[in-house]
Amino acid sequence: MSATAEETVAAPPRRRLRLALWLLSRSFSSMLGLFLVIAIVVLALIGPWIVPYPDHVAGAVSLANKLQPPSAAHWLGTDEVGNDILTRVIIGARISLLVGIGITFAAAAIGVPLGILAGLAGGRLREAIMRFTDLFLSVPGLVLAIALVAALGPGIVNAMIALILVWWPGYVRLAESKALSIREEPFIEAARVAGASRARILRRHVLPNSLSPLIVKMSMDIGQAILAVASLGFIGLGAKPPTPEWGAMISIARGYLPDWWWYAMAPGVFIYLAVLGFNLLGDGLRDILDPRSNRG
Amino acid sequence: MLGYLLRRIGLAGLMLFGLVCLTFVISNVAPSDPAALAAGPDAGRSQIEQARRDYGLDKPLPEQFLRYLTDLAHGDFGRSIATGRSVGTDLARYFPATLELVILAMALGVLLGVPLGVLSALRKDGPADHATRIFAVSGIALPPFWFGLLLQLAFATWLGLLPTSGRLSVFTEPPPPITGLLLVDSLLTGNFGLFREALSHIILPAIVLSLPCLASILRVNRSEMVEALRMDYVTAARAHGVTPWRIVMVHALKNAMLPTLAIIGLRWGWMMSSTVLVETVFDWPGIGLYAVSSAIAGDFKPVMGVTLIVGLNFMIANLIVDLLYGVLDPRLRRA
Amino acid sequence: MTALLEIADYRLAFDTFDGTAQVLDGIDLTLEAGGTLGIVGETGCGKSVLARSLMALNPMPPARVVSGQIRFRGSDILGMSDREMRRLRGRAISMVFQDPASYLNPLLAIGTQMEDAIRGQDAAVGERQRPRAAARARAAELLAAVGLPEPARLLDSHPHQLSGGMRQRVLIAMALAGDPVLLVADEPTTALDVTVQAQVLALIARLVAERGLALMLITHDLGVVAAACARVAVMYAGTVVEEAATADLLSRPLHPYARGLIAAVPDLDHPERRPQGIAGSIPSLITPPRGCRFHPRCPVATERCRSEKPLRREILPGRSIACHHATP
Repeated sequence: MSATAEETVAAPPRRRLRLALWLLSRSFSSMLGLFLVIAIVVLALIGPWIVPYPDHVAGAVSLANKLQPPSAAHWLGTDEVGNDILTRVIIGARISLLVGIGITFAAAAIGVPLGILAGLAGGRLREAIMRFTDLFLSVPGLVLAIALVAALGPGIVNAMIALILVWWPGYVRLAESKALSIREEPFIEAARVAGASRARILRRHVLPNSLSPLIVKMSMDIGQAILAVASLGFIGLGAKPPTPEWGAMISIARGYLPDWWWYAMAPGVFIYLAVLGFNLLGDGLRDILDPRSNRG
Repeated sequence: MLGYLLRRIGLAGLMLFGLVCLTFVISNVAPSDPAALAAGPDAGRSQIEQARRDYGLDKPLPEQFLRYLTDLAHGDFGRSIATGRSVGTDLARYFPATLELVILAMALGVLLGVPLGVLSALRKDGPADHATRIFAVSGIALPPFWFGLLLQLAFATWLGLLPTSGRLSVFTEPPPPITGLLLVDSLLTGNFGLFREALSHIILPAIVLSLPCLASILRVNRSEMVEALRMDYVTAARAHGVTPWRIVMVHALKNAMLPTLAIIGLRWGWMMSSTVLVETVFDWPGIGLYAVSSAIAGDFKPVMGVTLIVGLNFMIANLIVDLLYGVLDPRLRRA
Repeated sequence: MTALLEIADYRLAFDTFDGTAQVLDGIDLTLEAGGTLGIVGETGCGKSVLARSLMALNPMPPARVVSGQIRFRGSDILGMSDREMRRLRGRAISMVFQDPASYLNPLLAIGTQMEDAIRGQDAAVGERQRPRAAARARAAELLAAVGLPEPARLLDSHPHQLSGGMRQRVLIAMALAGDPVLLVADEPTTALDVTVQAQVLALIARLVAERGLALMLITHDLGVVAAACARVAVMYAGTVVEEAATADLLSRPLHPYARGLIAAVPDLDHPERRPQGIAGSIPSLITPPRGCRFHPRCPVATERCRSEKPLRREILPGRSIACHHATP
């Protein structure tokens, strides 16, 4: 009896998935988000094969061609050493996406197990894990990241490490609260009474039930991580030129304002659209998968 | 209420201690040798060893930590290599500029975010709601540094309406600080010319800084209002004949404001943090710019000082939010 | 003379992802001024939706009026604007809700909530809102009328400081604020402790009698109906299957579903008679059974019940039944 009850609650019927997709497709903003995310992923995947000037990626110098306005040959103009800006922002999509996904997954990989452990274990262990987490949450992310980069030294790898260190506590919080609340659910009680093992409860109940908020958070965080990496690049603590990272590009382009203003436009628009896409998608997913939660 | 208050303050104290631990650990895991940094770039081996002894860096870590704590307790954040001044002095000098910017940006965020959130909730799923949603997500997605550059380009360079950067024009002598907030000081001394000048300088960075804050306040307030308007007590209030205005602005909004307040507290901290970008773009002489220029120069103590100040601000903001929760929610008062 | 409340062929649907649920399927009911009518039925039969319809409190969408009229003093409230409806709420029709804990605002003092209701009703009829102090005095008066001690102190307290019974009395007091003529009580005792249930029910009965109110009482508890209502309508899956004087229905139910309901109540005088449940469960309202909605569970169903929907007809004076097999 309790086994069937367990079964029905743990495995959401296919109907729910269909409902979710239907709701998603009805929301204009979610579809816009999905479109942008797909576009940026495709761009990142096929980028090297579609860019007009592949040799400009690493930073070829042709000073005769520098700081050209947009034209048929260079749709978005050229930068201060004559590289095609379109080529560089497209390759930048690769870097940003990789870095954004990398940070988010690494943070989740650290945070989620710790959070589930804390939530299920309770007692002293939980207390220790959560206090340690709070420590990292006591300073807002960007400043902490800057402090860490200052300690580790600038560069895109160190920026990533710093951002992972800043990001994981959020996942501990999320996983812990899910694991805790699920512990209290009557159907877990039932499963436990019915003799389900700890591992089974974890696999069948805790993970599936934490999945929705996790997907939502990760979608939003990929966007925010892309923004954070670009921010560090902009202030000179992230990727170093000539790496075609969007934030670093804007940082250089800033020196050519206002006369060569188009230089700064393309990387900014790309950051905006990429982050917008992941946020709209995450927002739409949350409305469907996890409507009761709210984050700013 | 008193118990609640004391517990919250105790918690904040713990957080502060954690924060100090964190900055200490970061300083000590740094791959670069702090003694070498302290001795300066041209120092030889003996000078570095001298610095190591001077700064107590040869002592065991627990002892160093104790010393770090006592120094901080005396307001001593160490010395900046780049400015040569004590970090405490620098922070006291740069912090008011940041504070002024953050206060104005927060005011913009709350005063626009809350009403827009309410409006959006009342027009749920209508065109206005969708437009607000895209605006709100854009506010979070727009890179602040790039948005700042755009505004500079548009309003300062092309339209010539507002100055590009700084707190005051380079030709204006800053007045002797009273509060250190130029807008307040200029009003206090009745200097309206100065007030106008300060306002024209602060407006662009404040807009840039407030946008993500406005966006998240709007979003949280909207969804909380949608939730509150569905509650049974709203149905009951309608059935009992309470006016729609009162239902929305008091019965529902008061409930929606609790989570909104939490976001306001968080955002206060985040603003103190993202001001790093805004100050860089607008050459705003606050702690953000100080942190960035120090971090790039490998000047360590100022970065830690700023981290502590921002963390402290974050903590105080959250403490105030907790107390406001107690004021707003009678259920907490008894606990 | 027109009745106080006439519901005629009222159909209400809810549009959901799975399809359209016909939640109310042709309701016809009449309530005279000062009359008391109980509505009984299982959870999900649509009785609460019906109650909320009288005050236009169902969220639209997803709810949608398909057809029919709800005439209050001769005018159809289904066609009323929000502004017109507000003139009725609290002042002509009032409502008492099921769970007093969730129907009081947790963050506002009792006094504030009552004053807002009293002053809001002033505004609804275009009068100047009375000053807060006057509204407060009126609130204290109302609290005393529902038998709550120390009204002045109560006004300053918050809902979480009150017991369930006290909260329900506060909500009843608020419902009386505009001197209504019709009180709609939606499961007013269900969420309360058993000992408090009788007190609250007695209070409602007393107020109805003293003030000459008409009462529509929604409940799943036949005992509650017996205590407070002269007439009773039995609802099943969005339809009224039997309507009769309470005493008649309780002593001799005629519709098979009404018989089942009464058989399901434990008989304290004859404990040896085991209560009988009704086999099966309530049908989906999205794909309701054809013909009589009760036929899949009905012990006397025939081929006709499966194809033809029975209309409610008066088979005895003051007694009507929707069943092909009903006989006086």
